[in-house]
Amino acid sequence: MSDVLAVVDHRQGALRDVSFELLSAGRDLADATGGDLFVAVVNGPTAAFADEVDREGVDAIYTVDAGEEFDHDVYAGAAVHLVETLEPRILLAPNSVNGIDYLPAVATRLDWPLVTDAVGLELEGETLVATREHYGGKVEATLEVALDGGVAVTIRAGEWPAATGEGAASVEDVAFDLEESANRSRVLGFEAVAGGDVDIAEADVLVSVGRGIEDEENLELIEELAEALGATVSASRPVVDAGWLPKNRQVGQSGKVVTPDVYIAIGISGAVQHVAGMKGAKTIVAINTDPNAPIMDIADYAIHDDLFDVVPALIEQFE
Amino acid sequence: MNVLVTVTEGATVDDEFRIDGLAIDDGSLTTDLNEWDEYALETAVRLAEADLVDEVVTVTIGPEDCEGTIRQVLAKGADRAIRVWDDALERSEMLDVGAKTALLAAVVETEEPDLVLTGVQSADEGFMATGVSLAAAVDYGWAAVVNALEVDPDERIARVRRELEGGVEERTEVDLPAVLTIQTGINEPRYASLRGIRMAQRKELAVRSLADLGLEASAVESRLRLRELAEPESESEARVLEGSSEEAAAELATVLREQGVGR
Ligand SMILES: Cc1cc2nc3c(=O)[nH]c(=O)nc-3n(C[C@H](O)[C@H](O)[C@H](O)COP(=O)(O)OP(=O)(O)OC[C@H]3O[C@@H](n4cnc5c(N)ncnc54)[C@H](O)[C@@H]3O)c2cc1C
Repeated sequence: MSDVLAVVDHRQGALRDVSFELLSAGRDLADATGGDLFVAVVNGPTAAFADEVDREGVDAIYTVDAGEEFDHDVYAGAAVHLVETLEPRILLAPNSVNGIDYLPAVATRLDWPLVTDAVGLELEGETLVATREHYGGKVEATLEVALDGGVAVTIRAGEWPAATGEGAASVEDVAFDLEESANRSRVLGFEAVAGGDVDIAEADVLVSVGRGIEDEENLELIEELAEALGATVSASRPVVDAGWLPKNRQVGQSGKVVTPDVYIAIGISGAVQHVAGMKGAKTIVAINTDPNAPIMDIADYAIHDDLFDVVPALIEQFE
Repeated sequence: MNVLVTVTEGATVDDEFRIDGLAIDDGSLTTDLNEWDEYALETAVRLAEADLVDEVVTVTIGPEDCEGTIRQVLAKGADRAIRVWDDALERSEMLDVGAKTALLAAVVETEEPDLVLTGVQSADEGFMATGVSLAAAVDYGWAAVVNALEVDPDERIARVRRELEGGVEERTEVDLPAVLTIQTGINEPRYASLRGIRMAQRKELAVRSLADLGLEASAVESRLRLRELAEPESESEARVLEGSSEEAAAELATVLREQGVGR
């Protein structure tokens, strides 16, 4: 029997969706061993959050009230403290930007092995079997790790269903001393990245360009296509990182979430952080030389061909 | 102030690739300096150019094959490089975060850098964890997914922005010494100059074995084991528009018009 401890994620007064998916992942693992699912809420309006995460299958909730927002020193300290007192053998957190800002430190402090960004988890006796994506989603890796003393895991958003149903968990407030020396950073505040002139989230049709475009000069081709279609130009991250298009054109986890009627992905592989921003588009078209690019998994229409041949031909169709 | 940059040689798979047991067939892999590490290196070199940093040292875990990539890094402005490798590492099909942490921690303990910069992730396995794990191992401060950095050597503070999800950034200050994981887009990495390439040949590239680092083979044994590598089954339900580029484009135009585009 092994218990599972899941630490939920929240920001600016709201629990993140993945937190409820985390509960499902945790419950599945606890069921597989006959153990309990403990859930930790660290910082924020802990009482309200505890109420919200009290879903079916949660056995006990522990709250730590040491501030408003995420603070990795507090999270790491709280997670280590809870593991030492509750003795779970599996520690779960979302693979969010904050999840990866503290869970690796917790694993190191506990001397536990760490699996991040799991898309599948299975218990085979005393072995945890995790599925991950390598090479930008082109290869699926199955990893195994002995449960032994314990294993820390972060899970990818969108891979488990959100837990539903009313729970009947106990709630306990936990106080622990964060060593002064362990407090080496201070969160000063948040800023929303500037909006700018164009809001790609408002567009009905997006012509979105990725690294396959190769060169800034070639963007002209994409702009021409957008004009012919009456569409707006958006991009994947490398195009914005290179400074070829402004940040407000970036689609994805750290850019905008868009839900246009039509999204035409040109020379974009479909990395998970990109897909997070556009999977809600009604119709997705992918133009990519690689028939195995992950973008094909969510495309409705695909052309497996060179964009430098297809795009000019497409422009011609609309002239 | 000294900076240590972790640099890894990342691999991308070609459109068509072959899986050979627990590895990708060499012929279908292209290796290069990991994308995220390029930005970490550039960050360090710029700090040196601004006279905030005296020395930029890089550390790479990898076999002799990756010395070409390390020379590239020296050509772009690192002062010297360390490559960590050992027969004991050759034998494992995977190095997990714990193993990498143990190796890098041993280097940090001898180099004692004020700042360690890593990439947010390596493009191949994408664990996103080595930097923060290392910070805990050597008892440094840290910040993950940094897309802006200002170093104050007098106050011994790094002021950073962490790129969160959904276009929100967190402003944080971290006491030095610290490990920061650097996000792409923080700067524009340079190309190596001809002069840089010439100079790189004369820069120090030291090779360290486990014994040199005072580590036992057991300390760097991966606890994660690779069971299988597979091509994921395609979940694609896409209608593939076939034919020549012109034919496919014509068909797509019909589809788009049906959706009310371009009318
Ligand atoms: C914390 C974090 C946050 C991130 N946030 C985002 C984000 O918000 N948005 C985002 O997009 N990414 C984000 N990323 C980056 C993401 O992981 C990928 O690196 C990125 O999405 C890749 O962009 P791409 O598809 O354009 O490039 P690649 O993955 O390099 O793909 C290029 C594609 O173009 C195709 N191609 C090449 N030449 C041609 C041609 N001539 N004709 C047709 N096709 C061609 C190739 O087959 C390939 O599929 C983030 C990463 C991290 C770690």
